[in-house]
Amino acid sequence: MLILGIESSCDETAAAVLRDGHTLLSSVINSQVELHSLYGGVVPELASRKHLENIYPVVAAALAQAGVGLREIDGLAVTQGPGLIGSLLVGLSFAKALSAVHGIPHVGVDHIAGHLLSPFLEETKPEFPYVALIASGGHSSIFLIEDALTFVPLGRTRDDAAGEAFDKIGKLLGLPYPGGPAISRLAGEGNPQAVAFPRAWLEAESLDFSFSGLKTAVACHVHQLREKGETFSLADLCASFEAAVVEVLVEKAVRAAQGLGVTRLALAGGVAANPSLRAALLRRGKECGLRVFMPSPAFCTDNAAMIAVVGDHLLRAGRHDALDLNAVSRWPLN
Amino acid sequence: MADLNLALPDLAATISLGRFLGETARPGDVITLSGSLGAGKTTLTQAIGQGLAVPESCYITSPTYSLLHEYPGRLPLYHMDLYRLEDAGEMEELGFGEYIHGSGLSVIEWPDRLGSLMPDERLELTLSFSSPSARLCALKAFGPTWRERLELLKSAPFCLVLSGCAEKLAGTGK
Repeated sequence: MLILGIESSCDETAAAVLRDGHTLLSSVINSQVELHSLYGGVVPELASRKHLENIYPVVAAALAQAGVGLREIDGLAVTQGPGLIGSLLVGLSFAKALSAVHGIPHVGVDHIAGHLLSPFLEETKPEFPYVALIASGGHSSIFLIEDALTFVPLGRTRDDAAGEAFDKIGKLLGLPYPGGPAISRLAGEGNPQAVAFPRAWLEAESLDFSFSGLKTAVACHVHQLREKGETFSLADLCASFEAAVVEVLVEKAVRAAQGLGVTRLALAGGVAANPSLRAALLRRGKECGLRVFMPSPAFCTDNAAMIAVVGDHLLRAGRHDALDLNAVSRWPLN
Repeated sequence: MADLNLALPDLAATISLGRFLGETARPGDVITLSGSLGAGKTTLTQAIGQGLAVPESCYITSPTYSLLHEYPGRLPLYHMDLYRLEDAGEMEELGFGEYIHGSGLSVIEWPDRLGSLMPDERLELTLSFSSPSARLCALKAFGPTWRERLELLKSAPFCLVLSGCAEKLAGTGK
């Protein structure tokens, strides 16, 4: 079965062709990060306009690279939400038009489900059940993945997402957008113990996150240093901030798996491309007897391959949507 | 010039203020929230949500990425963050005008982006740091209904205590 996946929920316009749920024939991503870096963030109207310009060439490139025509496509999987409505509608309308014209069944996919199943894009695939930590610009959550269609939320952020904290601290420090990679690069040269920023563990049993207090602590620290006119090591500051985020993410994910007696742990979402987070999760997983699965950095950020993976499962389960399928800005998995 | 300056010495004070605003909110109200990174805009909005009886299972999280979060409560709460928007044109395309003039309470972060969409009747709040844990909140009422309610707020028990603190702070020249 050949699935064409389409994704346009935030920064990237992406399309991918997946065979039989596991063989990726193509994955094309047209990122808008360069455009947005001029503005220090995602600018939504710009985003939807760029998606409109990108969608046709990106889908055409995905089909060409896979060496298939639309006639051979058995199903369309398209991100339905969560995300910016204007951006989502570009991909969704495109998919529905293809469906109507070519008579190909289409199914709306939860973007988060895509991230949660993204480890399946790698050679070594996890078995069910597994616990997944998703950390991105809009999300920081822990889920139990019972099977390809059943996701049980275990914890989520109460204020800011991990990636958002990275981007906002990046902006505070005058680093280029997106803040994550810039902070991560600087952190590699700094001392993570230089500043003892707070870790928000919340209640003893809680698997929820909170990064708002950390963000405020960093802002206060920088403000005080600037007021005193003291020079400070940007690398040390970034390393200390990153260590505070990584420690809480990793410990809570490990605790979630141990609490449920699950021996497999997966990492997903844009922040999963962060080298310190990857290294820390591998190290702690090994110490605790957990098998750790993570998609390669290319599949951590938004992509259409993961959307095709979920769509494949949904269509096999007999699910498909009608032409009145609409975009959803928030989703229960949020 | 603010109509009222409130010293919020700790988190509890911020929560008292937010709850009061939520409890007394009316359909179509607009509260704008300004303040630098970490000044407590999301925290204050969470407390407003408590005052509006937004269910505890609905976490009020930062809308920076999604721009707008809607929560059910005694009145619907529309929490917007315009940080990533350029101007009122974009906001209109996104349908934000309909929320602002809707039946809920709109709490709007980074309101300078509102431009021509700025409603005449609104409560303007500006949060700033006075120490790592304490904040100062400047309140300015626009329109008769908010001026009335600001008087109500001034006579609320928690506010009498807090405004005492504000005068002391002002006296030290800080």
